Amino acid sequence: MNIKYAISDTVVMTDRVLKQMLRSPDTVITVLIMPIMMLLAMRFVFGGAMNLGGIGTADYMLPGIILMCVLSGIAYTAFRLNNDVQKGIFERFHSMPIAKSSILGGHVLTSVISNAVSAAALVLAGLLVGFRPQAGLVGLLLAAAVILLFIAAMTWVSVFFGLIAKSTETSSVFSYLLIGLAFTSSSFVPVGTMPAALAAFAKYQPMTPIADCVRALFLGRPRAGSLWIALAWCVGIGAAFWALSIQAYNQRRK
Amino acid sequence: MNAINVSGLRKSFKAQAVLGGVSFNVKRGEIFALLGSNGAGKTTTVKILTTLLRADEGAAQVCGFDVRKQGREVRACISLTGQFAAVDDIQTGRENLIMVGKLRHLPDPETEAEKQLEAFGLTDAADKPLSVYSGGMRRRLDLAMSMVGGPRGLSNPQGRGVQVVFLDEPTIGLDPQSRLSVWNTIRKMSKSGATIFLTTQHLEEADSLADKIAVLHKGTIAAEGTAAELKKLAPPPKLELSFLEETHMARAREILTEYQTEAGALTLLVMTDGSVKQAAAILYKLESAGIAAAFAQKPPTLEEAFLSIIKEGTK
Ligand SMILES: Nc1ncnc2c1ncn2[C@@H]1O[C@H](COP(=O)(O)OP(=O)(O)OP(=O)(O)O)[C@@H](O)[C@H]1O
Ligand SMILES: [Mg+2]
Repeated sequence: MNIKYAISDTVVMTDRVLKQMLRSPDTVITVLIMPIMMLLAMRFVFGGAMNLGGIGTADYMLPGIILMCVLSGIAYTAFRLNNDVQKGIFERFHSMPIAKSSILGGHVLTSVISNAVSAAALVLAGLLVGFRPQAGLVGLLLAAAVILLFIAAMTWVSVFFGLIAKSTETSSVFSYLLIGLAFTSSSFVPVGTMPAALAAFAKYQPMTPIADCVRALFLGRPRAGSLWIALAWCVGIGAAFWALSIQAYNQRRK
Repeated sequence: MNAINVSGLRKSFKAQAVLGGVSFNVKRGEIFALLGSNGAGKTTTVKILTTLLRADEGAAQVCGFDVRKQGREVRACISLTGQFAAVDDIQTGRENLIMVGKLRHLPDPETEAEKQLEAFGLTDAADKPLSVYSGGMRRRLDLAMSMVGGPRGLSNPQGRGVQVVFLDEPTIGLDPQSRLSVWNTIRKMSKSGATIFLTTQHLEEADSLADKIAVLHKGTIAAEGTAAELKKLAPPPKLELSFLEETHMARAREILTEYQTEAGALTLLVMTDGSVKQAAAILYKLESAGIAAAFAQKPPTLEEAFLSIIKEGTK
């Protein structure tokens, strides 16, 4: 398949899935408005009540809220993909002379683009309520890169569940579990303030180093190795679920 | 060259054998109907021919290309309308058609979309979201999407574009009126030069549309031919007697005990071997007994043919 067609097919597919997203008001509300509401709630409602190790509320929580926002955003990726699988439009595409990579590609690109836009919107909203990144250009670019890598990894997790779910209702359940993971990490309170058992769990699960690393990058603080651990988690999860997704995808022809 | 050649196709899902050696050919430009009941393996056959599924054994060529080894070439010359309308709900009818045109790499997808909207009577609803489409309109859009970029068909068999159209139960779930409109659409698609492969559970559908019918039963083709040829496989015609009075009918039943009969309201169906001799004997008996009755010959229906083919196959 010629590369020109592979690109133009992927553009058509991405355009289609982006339309699906933008024409569904509840998706836009969930992936954009909800995280901003959450940011405001954290900042103004709980803001004074937490001990965040001397870091301002917005500065501390913004990375965690970005993670949450991505984790709720990818639920829609799985939902849209599963809808295509169930509805038979996948089969129509498969019977057409198009680049195979464009079929999942449209969903993956839409997920990455839309989550990146939500994350950027959150950063802007954060600036309005006291988020003050101290990092230089390199730090900011690194933070953006880690967030993008996290989005890509989580996108492949959602592609896998979107492909294997037996119904659209169950296709996004995994995202609630991941949101639970984010809540029991250092995203919103330092691990040190948690009960011992929870702290032990929080310390070793992926969301903690990812949130810590993005926060440290934004604030220009020491990263204490969290960058490498975060990168390892993102690349590991992304690669594993990419391989699982490709396998699940090919299984469909057996 | 045939549009489709299939020989010895086998397919099992785990322990369940669905196709056990299916063979048939479809000529270029023909409307071919694969007739079978629920679960007979119609969709499985369509999926194998459209490269969505791999057969365990056997060979199949579509447009002269091997479905296993030349998937890309096959996909370039076919289109598929699946059992359940595969349209994109979030886009308008026009957007759906333009999307397919772009994916088929047509030079001018907008004009092609306009042409198909007109051909399928969807111009008025073109820019409305699919949520306002009726079942029949969705199906017509589904069919229109299958015709985007085709057919170059008969006049230019080597040309690119859709030449073979696969329709898996195209009228499932439609009311009688929409069904008729879809039938007309399919005839039009055929006239424009496409070879049509359709599956159906309905005999009248196959009877009314198809040039050739194959009956899929228990994993093999139990019978194949034109509707007229299949009807010949049915039991011979019956003699239908209608009476004016119950007493005459009762009397007739007594006289005709040596024949197999089916009684209705003032009517009696007598099974015959189809010969003049037997009909004459029956009518003579009635006449001699002074029974007043009208008679008609009831030709076998395709349904009876289907049932007797299936019975044959089960034996
Ligand atoms: N992916 C699959 N895995 C397991 N079994 C399957 C699969 N696809 C089909 N089958 C089984 O194969 C048999 C034939 O299915 P198929 O869908 O081809 O029938 P059909 O003739 O299209 O029936 P219908 O008229 O109901 O659409 C059924 O018993 C079905 O349960
Ligand atoms: Mg079927």
